[in-house]
Amino acid sequence: MRILDPHIHMTSRTTDDYEALYAAGVRAVVEPAFWLGQPRTSVGSFLDYFDSLLGWERFRAAQFGIRHHATIALNPKEANDPRCREVLAEIPRYLLKDGVVAVGEVGYDSMTPEEDEVFAAQLQMAREAELPVLVHTPHRDKLAGTRRTLDVVRESGLPAGRVLVDHLNETNVALVRDAGAWAGFSIYPDTKMDEHRMVALLQEYGLERMIVNSAADWGRSDPLKTVRTARAMLEAGFTDDDVDRVLWRNPVEFYGQSGNLVLDPVPGFVAGEAPRPAEFEGSSVLRGARV
Amino acid sequence: MTSTWLDEARADVARDPETVTRAFALAGRKVGRDPLRPETDPAGVVHGTVDDAARAELVLALVDAVGAAEAAGRVGALYRQGDAAERRGVLRGLDALETRGVVEDTGALTETGVELAQDALRTNDPALVAAAVGPFGTRHLDQHTWRHAVLKLVFMGVSLEAVADLEARTDAELARMAADFAAERRAAGRPVPVDVDRLVPASSTVAHQQHGTSQE
Repeated sequence: MRILDPHIHMTSRTTDDYEALYAAGVRAVVEPAFWLGQPRTSVGSFLDYFDSLLGWERFRAAQFGIRHHATIALNPKEANDPRCREVLAEIPRYLLKDGVVAVGEVGYDSMTPEEDEVFAAQLQMAREAELPVLVHTPHRDKLAGTRRTLDVVRESGLPAGRVLVDHLNETNVALVRDAGAWAGFSIYPDTKMDEHRMVALLQEYGLERMIVNSAADWGRSDPLKTVRTARAMLEAGFTDDDVDRVLWRNPVEFYGQSGNLVLDPVPGFVAGEAPRPAEFEGSSVLRGARV
Repeated sequence: MTSTWLDEARADVARDPETVTRAFALAGRKVGRDPLRPETDPAGVVHGTVDDAARAELVLALVDAVGAAEAAGRVGALYRQGDAAERRGVLRGLDALETRGVVEDTGALTETGVELAQDALRTNDPALVAAAVGPFGTRHLDQHTWRHAVLKLVFMGVSLEAVADLEARTDAELARMAADFAAERRAAGRPVPVDVDRLVPASSTVAHQQHGTSQE
């Protein structure tokens, strides 16, 4: 089984998670830029975060045999803070960098005029950088938020096939599919979506443009939910090829539109062996000297 | 196709120096990331990669377009806004300028270049450290900084082939540092990188080894 987790915040996870992900078949991940829990108060905080997604975290993942990519954006929650909005001027140069496979997460949190403006501006940045877009749908008022999201995407002129609308459930999946966009599902321990409901959705809507992620982060979440969904699919009678399509080929096709996915094995990585004692800017993932 | 992209990017920079920022970020995607000397340097750490070389060409084009003094600020921005690969490209560009003989002993570009090389040496990214001790680093870094850079390469297991004019600049102090490092490794029962022999005269290794052992 090979898996690309198309939405996982590895910055918040441990090296044990990386080892468990590799052992379960995860060979590549995409880490969207998002909120950190603690609100940011300056542009500098964003730049260090973006640099760490493209530098340290990619390096750390490679130590465990996993290819790490990122999406870059100002998230909707912090789009409401004028101190944070200034980062918009810096985003276009990040969209050109190696390993950036989409603009994201963009979209709505509370559906304010500020969020409208920042969302639309970043859709235009995606057009100019020729990148796909990862859209977050709100936790509250999700159906209305999804409708408004699809309207704004339509107005932007971006082809729907370049847009992945994430965190969907039974109530808004049809809207997104009818619009021609990709449908993303975050499988969580007890909110959003679980693996058995996910299997039912795949049975009802088919496998085309359907994408499954763990969205694991600093909250209660499980980085192995992609694998658990794959197992639930097999138990429900889906084939190995079906699983490969949903958990590998679909996200590869979506993010592959960036021309920026790297999926060949990490050179020098040997499964089951401890990471090489390489370091990145002074910090090793190993603690203490190896003998 | 790849050479065409680089030719066009250089011509663009000559016409409009602002275009260098975009070309610098895209270089890896356009020309690839293969090592320049795969037989001896499969990861491209010691001698660099195809995209490093392309970015070095862009730095040359930039200096040709705006002159060394104005290029200093632009080269600094390319480095500070760059990811690890872009930063290597800037350092390899400084080497290309040095090899071409256009870097003066003083001046804004030299000062900026030394600051950037020092920044790279503070990281422990083997490829960045290696890129900081090419012809530019060897000519312009002070002796203390340069010695520590060489020792850091040995420590990280990167071949000293990365260092320009290694023998000419190696002095007794670097030999002592390398010998002490070798003694520390032996005391821990860990292998000593073979490159230590390039820094330490054979007799002094033995002396230091005995010294190190006697302290146990």
